[in-house]
Amino acid sequence: MTLTTERPVAKTPPATWRTRLQGPAVFATVAVLALVVAPLLLEPFRLGLLAKYLVYAIVALGIGLAWGQGGMLVLGQGVFFGLGGYAMGMHLKLVEAQGDLPDFMVWSGVEQLPALWEPFANPVFALAMVVLAPMALATALGALVFRQRVRGAYFAILTQALAAAFVILLIGQQGLTGGTNGLTNFFELFGQDLALDETQRVLYIVVAVVLGLLYLGARQLVNSRFGRLLVAVRDGEDRVRFLGYNPATVKTVTFAISAGMAGLAGALFVPVVGIISPALLGVVPSLELVVAVAVGGRFALAGAVLGAVVMGYAKTTFSEQFAGGWLYLQGALFILVMTLAPRGIAGLLRRRRKETR
Amino acid sequence: MRNSAWRTAIPLVALVATLGACGAEPATSQQAGGGEDSIKVGILHSLSGTMAISEVTVRDAELLAIEEINAAGGVLGKKLVPVVEDGASDWPTFAEKATKLIARDKVATVFGGWTSASRKAMLPVFERRKALLWYPVQYEGLESSPYIFYTGATTNQQIVPGLEYLKEQGKKKIFLVGSDYVFPRTANKVIKAYAAANGMQVIGEEYTPLGHTEYSTLVNKVVQAKPDAVFNTLNGDSNVAFFKQLKSAGATAESLPTMSVSVAEEEVKGIGVDNIAGHLVAWNYYQTTENAANGKFVAAFKAKYGADKVTSDPMEAGYNAVYLWAEAVKKAGSVEVEAVRKAAGGIELERPEGLVTIDGENQHMFKTARIGVVQPDGLIKEVWNSKEPIKPDPYLKGYPWATGLAQG
Amino acid sequence: MEGFLNQLPIGLSIGAVLLLIALGLTFTFGQMGVINMAHGEFIMAGAYTAYLLQGWTGRAAVLVALPVAFVVAGALGLILERLAIRHFYGRPLDTLLLTWGVSLVLQQLARDLFGAPNVQVQAPEWLQGGPGIMPYSRMFILALAIGSVVAVWAYLNRTGQGRRMQAVMQNRRLAATSGIDTGRVDMRTFFIGSGLAGVAGVALTLIGPVGPALGTYYIVDAFLVVVAGGLGQLRGAVIAAAALGLLNSFAEFWTDASLAKVIVFVAIVGFLQFRPQGLFVLKSRALT
Repeated sequence: MTLTTERPVAKTPPATWRTRLQGPAVFATVAVLALVVAPLLLEPFRLGLLAKYLVYAIVALGIGLAWGQGGMLVLGQGVFFGLGGYAMGMHLKLVEAQGDLPDFMVWSGVEQLPALWEPFANPVFALAMVVLAPMALATALGALVFRQRVRGAYFAILTQALAAAFVILLIGQQGLTGGTNGLTNFFELFGQDLALDETQRVLYIVVAVVLGLLYLGARQLVNSRFGRLLVAVRDGEDRVRFLGYNPATVKTVTFAISAGMAGLAGALFVPVVGIISPALLGVVPSLELVVAVAVGGRFALAGAVLGAVVMGYAKTTFSEQFAGGWLYLQGALFILVMTLAPRGIAGLLRRRRKETR
Repeated sequence: MRNSAWRTAIPLVALVATLGACGAEPATSQQAGGGEDSIKVGILHSLSGTMAISEVTVRDAELLAIEEINAAGGVLGKKLVPVVEDGASDWPTFAEKATKLIARDKVATVFGGWTSASRKAMLPVFERRKALLWYPVQYEGLESSPYIFYTGATTNQQIVPGLEYLKEQGKKKIFLVGSDYVFPRTANKVIKAYAAANGMQVIGEEYTPLGHTEYSTLVNKVVQAKPDAVFNTLNGDSNVAFFKQLKSAGATAESLPTMSVSVAEEEVKGIGVDNIAGHLVAWNYYQTTENAANGKFVAAFKAKYGADKVTSDPMEAGYNAVYLWAEAVKKAGSVEVEAVRKAAGGIELERPEGLVTIDGENQHMFKTARIGVVQPDGLIKEVWNSKEPIKPDPYLKGYPWATGLAQG
Repeated sequence: MEGFLNQLPIGLSIGAVLLLIALGLTFTFGQMGVINMAHGEFIMAGAYTAYLLQGWTGRAAVLVALPVAFVVAGALGLILERLAIRHFYGRPLDTLLLTWGVSLVLQQLARDLFGAPNVQVQAPEWLQGGPGIMPYSRMFILALAIGSVVAVWAYLNRTGQGRRMQAVMQNRRLAATSGIDTGRVDMRTFFIGSGLAGVAGVALTLIGPVGPALGTYYIVDAFLVVVAGGLGQLRGAVIAAAALGLLNSFAEFWTDASLAKVIVFVAIVGFLQFRPQGLFVLKSRALT
């Protein structure tokens, strides 16, 4: 499972003040564009879409961390996205029901609020679960499978099967989860009317800021000792073990972090888009995000983010133009990227940069 | 070197600028509902993904209706211009595209949806933005949004008549088979309540995940339970696997009849007539329904889309939706949503399925229930009907046995 | 009680379906380390082959289609291997995503060629009905699965080509240095693996829908069989398919179809705790 890469891990070019400023300059440019220009320029409908892409970008960031840096191909991020989303959705539903049963329970014939739901009326508990539930599941799963040295393709297929099983479970428990319909029809978030354009604008800013902070955090992590170890595990797990480290721990921690990011994204998705349903969590949506990360460039965190935004945008635009064509385009794009530019857009940019040097 | 920073930044700037340009482009110069001599209407069905099989045909029927109305001079002297969007079999996409149709295209109304999940996803969008949705498929009831018109059947126009027919035929022991989602589960609750009050017995209830194709265990359970009939609420591809495997296990339409509520002419082809001939279905319309309006509809549809095409209940309901909306607009003299809603109540039209009346109270339709048998040629022959259109009752308030089913 | 006993043959017949869809994968995945997400679409290609042949052969289509589908799906696999996959050896995760792109394109292609609705393939008269709960069509699939396994076993162990294939599977570099043309062996492996998917597709027309989404219904199950059985292990695939089929059958009998799937998944994760490489492991001194 060795991924032979020519990524310069330790050999960064000598840091002059210019190279040092380069990253922050780009980051600042993007931040200004995202936080100031976009909200001013975009009409509410488009801004809402952009917010959705940024939510996906948060998941992509987690995938970039686990897959690009850690070599764990996670094909079931939808599960963690879903846990976060449902935790948030349950809270919103309970707040709106104001002591009554949420609407879908009424038509599912549930008479008493299930015990599982009760604590979610508390906003602090719900928000904590958004991150903790996915992380706990990822830790448990990671501890089990990584310790047994299940890796590479095996791990990928296991996570995919997890997504498939999770969706079936969610749909089967209609009284508890809303079944295929999922949870919809949210009116307010912490007292704010979700239908208002202003609320959506604020939400967009929140999403963008969260994404920015997570990105900075992830970068910090990658550049730390832990990050070096993670890349080492990716490129030669056995060697790391021989050196006395425990790769299982490193991988489990990373997997849990990426799961936490997906959970947070799920929670943000709910007020932005107004629905959380099993259709969003299955095998295909999970794969689509991995695709986006690959297109953007998995070895660079910024590439993962970029990929999610570009692919989200492309999907909306193309499906508006010609419906069936999107599948061809997505498939073809993917084949091309994997064969011609396996490092994605970020890889292309980096190469050009190297050439100019 | 300083250049290199810009090299990365410039594409990003360009990207966001493009995004911005798309957003900032004036939302097409037309005013609400279209321009001087046209009215924009939205059509929102899954044109890709798993639901495309069914929904594309409804879109075709709706486009046919729009074409016919335009050929007859349009509505209020204006031509209808359809804006077609793809829901991609994905519920949030339905919500997103509905928002786009309302906010950006400023359509006068939207015809769309198939699954309950897609309707539930779109409902808040239409209610918040006070826009109209015409939903063309039979569904599980227990809903009555002021901004949705339901042109398909609710439970008391399809499932209850289906049960009445089985009861008339002396089928007392019923086995329930359904896909695991909202419609079958709700339908089966109704069936169980009905059975309890009418001396029938539900001797089994099984659900399978959507897209499930392995039915041997379930068929074994059904065969072992020896029911008089199976009430089938499976959806889509699962029906193919179920009927194939039911038949190869030796069950025939005589020894073990099934009553299906999600199998129409279109689905019969994929299941294979061999496997389903003789089994029962419950709808409000069949291609073979006899009246002048249907003759015209079937002929027009085949002329436009090909002689091998069939027409089915949801297609007809979608086709009706366009005509009913147009009628309401004419009556209101405007495409303005509140005026159309107000005008719609009580509108009566002769449609391919017979007389259809809009119930102003819950925005459902009066519809005639029809039970049919699948014929060896793939069409469906009507064997029973309710004589007159049944008043829609989405909450089943008029049925004593149904009290307690829904307080909503 | 009778219902319970019936579950035994039902479980075996589910296992036979699982085995048929997974057999080709044990080759391509097991030997070459290629996770072929387009495997499901090769199955679909086999099913559509039977549909197309129906025009000439009528109800005998299923029989005639078996060899034809083998060649059609095999050829598709060969094209895929030559054009794309061979550039990806040693990068299994990349091939997974690459072949997923291929599977999307093939699905949409099927939708454009044959239309979105399911098509019908008529089963031969002599496959209709059957004694009790075990219809002839199921027996046919069981026989086909057994036949395929025997053929594959014979190929691997009784022919020179098969032995070379095993040699490459066990140690690619050593095989190459011994003068085996690994590129050729890879091509053959992919042809046979994909061809077996085509055969499975023909068999599936007897029991399930034939449409553009056909492959997506079976692909996850197929991978689970391979993972549980062990990569490239014929024995493993047979035992894993039978075990999963039985587990599925009894779990569904006692609970319901949804829960049965979840139970199977949990069982596999649990099983991998004990045998992380699957039932049987290829013993090799090659360092991964």
